Amino acid sequence: MRHLIKAAGAIAFAAALTGAASAQEKLKVGFIYVGPVGDFGYSYQHNQGRLAVEKALGDKVETTFLENVPEADAERPIEQLARSGHKLIFTTSFGFMEPTLKVAKKYPNVMFEHATGYKRDKNVATYSAKFHEGRYVQGVIAGKMTKTNTIGYVASFPIPEVVSGINAFMLGAQSVNPAVKVKIVWANTWFDPGKEADAAKALLDQGADIITQHTDSPAPLQQAEARGKLAFGQASDMIRFAPKATLTSIVDNWNDYYIARVKAVLDKTWKSEDTWGGFAANMVNMAPYTNMPDDVKKAAMDTQEAIKSGKLNPFKCPVFDQDGKEVPCKGQGALSDEQVLGMAFYVKGIDDKLPK
Amino acid sequence: MRLELVPRRDVPAAARILAPVAALVASILIGGVVIALMGRSPAAALDVYFIQPLTEGWALQEIAVKATPLLLIAIGLSFCFRANLWNIGAEGQFVMGALVGSILPLVTAGTDAGPWVLPAALLMGALGGLLYALIPALLRVAFGVSEILTSLMLVYVADLTLDYLVRGPWRDPKGFNFPQTVNFDAMLPYLAEGGRLHAGLLFGPIAVLVAWFVVQRTLFGFGVRVSGESPKAARFAGFNPDRLVVAAFCISGAMAGLAGIVEVTGQIGQLKPGISVGYGFTAITVAFLGRLHPVGMLFGALVVALTVIGGESAQIALKLPLDLTRTFQGILLMCVLAADALVSYRVRVVTTARA
Repeated sequence: MRHLIKAAGAIAFAAALTGAASAQEKLKVGFIYVGPVGDFGYSYQHNQGRLAVEKALGDKVETTFLENVPEADAERPIEQLARSGHKLIFTTSFGFMEPTLKVAKKYPNVMFEHATGYKRDKNVATYSAKFHEGRYVQGVIAGKMTKTNTIGYVASFPIPEVVSGINAFMLGAQSVNPAVKVKIVWANTWFDPGKEADAAKALLDQGADIITQHTDSPAPLQQAEARGKLAFGQASDMIRFAPKATLTSIVDNWNDYYIARVKAVLDKTWKSEDTWGGFAANMVNMAPYTNMPDDVKKAAMDTQEAIKSGKLNPFKCPVFDQDGKEVPCKGQGALSDEQVLGMAFYVKGIDDKLPK
Repeated sequence: MRLELVPRRDVPAAARILAPVAALVASILIGGVVIALMGRSPAAALDVYFIQPLTEGWALQEIAVKATPLLLIAIGLSFCFRANLWNIGAEGQFVMGALVGSILPLVTAGTDAGPWVLPAALLMGALGGLLYALIPALLRVAFGVSEILTSLMLVYVADLTLDYLVRGPWRDPKGFNFPQTVNFDAMLPYLAEGGRLHAGLLFGPIAVLVAWFVVQRTLFGFGVRVSGESPKAARFAGFNPDRLVVAAFCISGAMAGLAGIVEVTGQIGQLKPGISVGYGFTAITVAFLGRLHPVGMLFGALVVALTVIGGESAQIALKLPLDLTRTFQGILLMCVLAADALVSYRVRVVTTARA
């Protein structure tokens, strides 16, 4: 009997050794996406980051992804990645926050990275991008390009990231055109080409001549193209879907961040922290400025440069809410990060009531 | 030339039982061909998809967790379907159950309210689903409105009500305005440490037993069956059809509502939009996979849960796309329905000379 136990122990030990050896050879990195990688928007761009990791770190890593994971049913897929030997797991949507934290407690030796959330743990870091910086630049372009002074905004869900995007867009537009109006349709989805297209149609019917979107498919852009109007792409460069309508796209760039974080795990320097980068950190980019005259292009580039260098903050004080009341200025010359990350009010001039 | 389905007489019981098995084998074969065409090994896929999940404790418990809401809803639905009532709105009743059931856990979160909260929450959840299902039932009884339309449309009403509450009055004040409530304290206990098997799972087998007993051994169950097969005979036998409509919908709604609150207090732990991943609709598939028989539906729920978990494993281990999993689920359903039809009917080729 004792021999048996010894033998079993030896086998287990050997198994552990080989397990450790192969783990040293390749770090398994997992990704959970809320949409399909073929959305050509948000999840597509995260997947580009994954591919960049594979390209940069080659045979040191092996990556896996699960797509279209429902937010309310994410705990099992996340745990399945942790169980199958993945040592670093990126959960790329806000709704994955609680399940990520739950699984992280059970697997203290696995590192987790949760996008756009606010709860961290010893092995759970958070990261997000200052998308609103790109929205401000879009606003400047839209303010200059609109003829009807009406811009249509296809929005997903009234969460702070989306609301701050709408506000930044409006502030950018107002900075060059005080008469501009923004109309909003809530599609209540991140990815549903049919609904997104309907929302864009409704906005175009209401006189909008420029469409911008905070949903992930190119459908709104294609609607604008079909009607000979203008539009902005979301999350990735969408110009191939609407070559005549696209002014520019906000391009999420997770590549550098993902490579850096994977390297940190390989070097054993990974720490739980919060990262929130914009133009300066190269987490947000603008696709080439197209279908606009040179003076607008120049204004857009100047605005982008000013935000990047820190000279311009999209939420520089004073900021006025819809009722015209000044919003308390809690940052240095601008709204504080907390105010932007928890934004739940519209700025002055937005023609909509915030869904509550 | 055309094809005709002619009913078979005296179908042996064994054929009926073997039909779903044959369907499973057929769908595995078709799936294998698809995988082989993609240049992958069908054997490896079969192993990851169907065999491995059944040999790992973790996967088994995940299958049970996933199957529970499907089973509870399907059992409720079977009462409606047997009585020829088309309750398509179990999804909405699920959400309403979760919503009404969450009131007490929400109010008592952060207080030491004691152990009464959980049973009360479960009861209120079932009640919430029941009352919500009562709307299409009463509309049908009183005005003859099609329950298919009303129950389906009420799904969207329930979803949007949940949406409104978690964005507005029930929103976690410390949640940076994200649409979600605080985390509940009143949660179903885990059956084993470190796992995800929660006490709500026990409702599954209980529901199977009770449903079997009610359908096979009670006058009410008899009434439901008769009114489905022959409404006239049921009326002649003295069953009040209106009362049956209301009762079937109440059972169905209560089961869906219970599934909803069990899902929230068993694993999600808070309310947020999208708490149901289509359970109410998938349960319709489960109900028919199990031919409306409680034990059949138990297997149906387990098979559907297995395809979900196996599909995830296939994505991880073999890097097979999610679309393949979905395709396979479709193939499976088609095969089951086809096998069913071919057992009950014979295909006859009719050649008619054109006049």
